[in-house]
Amino acid sequence: MPSTFPPDSVGLVSPQVAHFAEPLALDCGRSLADYQLVYETYGTLNSASSNAVLICHALSGDHHVAGYYQESGSDKPGWWDNCIGPGKPLDTRHFFVVCCNNLGGCKGSTGPTSINPDTRKPYGPDFPIVTVKDWVHSQARLADRLGIRQWAAVIGGSLGGMQAMQWAITFPERLRHALVIAAAPRLSAQNIAFNEVARQAILTDPDFHHGHYYEFGVVPRRGLMIARMLGHITYLSDEGMRTKFGREMREGTPNFHFNFDSEFQVESYLRHQGRAFVDRFDANTYLLITKTLDYFDPAADFAEDLSAAFAQTQARFLVVSFTTDWRFAPARSREIVRALVRAGRETSYAEVPSEHGHDTFLMPIPLYHDILRGYLARIAQETGDAA
Amino acid sequence: MRPELEIISAWIAPNTRVLDLGCGDGALLAYLSAHRHVSGYGLEIDTGNLLACIRAGVNVIHADLEAGLADFGDGSFDYVIMTQTLQAVRHTEALLDEMLRVGRQGIVTFPSFGFWRYRLQIAAQGLMPVGKTLPYQWYDTPNVHLFTIRDFEHLCQRKRIAILQRTVLDHAHRIRRGPQLWPNLLGEIALYRLGRT
Repeated sequence: MPSTFPPDSVGLVSPQVAHFAEPLALDCGRSLADYQLVYETYGTLNSASSNAVLICHALSGDHHVAGYYQESGSDKPGWWDNCIGPGKPLDTRHFFVVCCNNLGGCKGSTGPTSINPDTRKPYGPDFPIVTVKDWVHSQARLADRLGIRQWAAVIGGSLGGMQAMQWAITFPERLRHALVIAAAPRLSAQNIAFNEVARQAILTDPDFHHGHYYEFGVVPRRGLMIARMLGHITYLSDEGMRTKFGREMREGTPNFHFNFDSEFQVESYLRHQGRAFVDRFDANTYLLITKTLDYFDPAADFAEDLSAAFAQTQARFLVVSFTTDWRFAPARSREIVRALVRAGRETSYAEVPSEHGHDTFLMPIPLYHDILRGYLARIAQETGDAA
Repeated sequence: MRPELEIISAWIAPNTRVLDLGCGDGALLAYLSAHRHVSGYGLEIDTGNLLACIRAGVNVIHADLEAGLADFGDGSFDYVIMTQTLQAVRHTEALLDEMLRVGRQGIVTFPSFGFWRYRLQIAAQGLMPVGKTLPYQWYDTPNVHLFTIRDFEHLCQRKRIAILQRTVLDHAHRIRRGPQLWPNLLGEIALYRLGRT
């Protein structure tokens, strides 16, 4: 049968599950006795196990980073498919790429929708709030399971970039490079404020039932939808929204209706994004991960000195920001770079012009992808796997 | 650029930390890291150069020198280097101050406007000089400050910047006796190692 996939696609992929019976102690003081991580891999681990790259996903991402689930290639590919594959910036001819759905997620790894062995009901709001550090510890166990002592690189955008930073701090000798894209060293009051509005939208939805909505056969659709709509605004830029929507009215809406129907294109776009999200995401996971974001602050363990946090790292860093990103603006990335330089760590920094705001980290902007390609090609050379 | 690389390299003690302002494609840093085992970073504003550095494995930080070096602590580098960049920045004086705040020493190279051929061009033809080290026309040049070796040394004197070492290259970018004796007339490129007084 002829392949239906583009030649630079990793093609047909399927998720795998790793079960961990050893308890995982969490930052919150509780521990998970038993948990599983669902993950995908692309490419081949070399005999020295030196070409493995970990991708860390952001708030609404999951383990399906590249490739297709349908033989026909008719489904949407993974969320960073434009960057990963043979001949793409993260070239699977050289690298063995791993990504897992994080703990607390809703795509197959243990999280609020999983059954709590103590109650035989879904955890719901009783699932412990996990931190970026907890994620890194759980990912390290997955690395052990896969026979990976040291990652060639840990890469992530947004909340994923925070995991890459935490990896370098927590396990200095277990990665050679950290690629921190569109991230921040910790959330600002404004960032936390947006998260709080999103949480309030969910928490006050009458269908939320204190997080036990599964038992009532409902989901807090309206709350989750509003949370996503709000989040989405922060992922785009004013400039990008103006270009994409302007004040365009929806088709068949030549005049104002003087009511609250969706009339402007941007309204219908946001409603669509919100609705689509509700069908694929869990509200308890959303609440949990916004808290994970709020709590992230590696400097806190080092008397608020970020450069002290980086002092023990050994990885080389590549930090990338996007000019119109106002969620995690370039100034936030420069804080990271400044701390790395003060700590005497090796780092490069690029501020990529883009009108697409925070979401640019998912887009195939030529300069952005050239930077990733160039940097990763160097890593492939070091790894000795350059074909 | 090769003679410049070698001269600068000879001035730099091994295993030191350097900051290269306007590092271009990273050639100097790559050279210094290979020959003097220095560590450090280049600052660069141009995205094409930035990409070249990344491809070469040189640590590069995307930055605008005109914004100053506030991200860098006092004396945090052994050397701050500026090759063929001083004439292209607006805030010359402020950048020199920043250079010697962040670096224990500074290394500066620039094309000297006092070179005899440039003097001749302006005197004989009445045209702004164009040459190997000043390859631009007046309307497209990135150079916003044109100055001579004597101009630069006057500034150093006024600012109490110590000139620790100076080398002047002739039109073929060689070190010859002539330009060392009559630098302001025969030197096309000047190289300085500077310190605080």
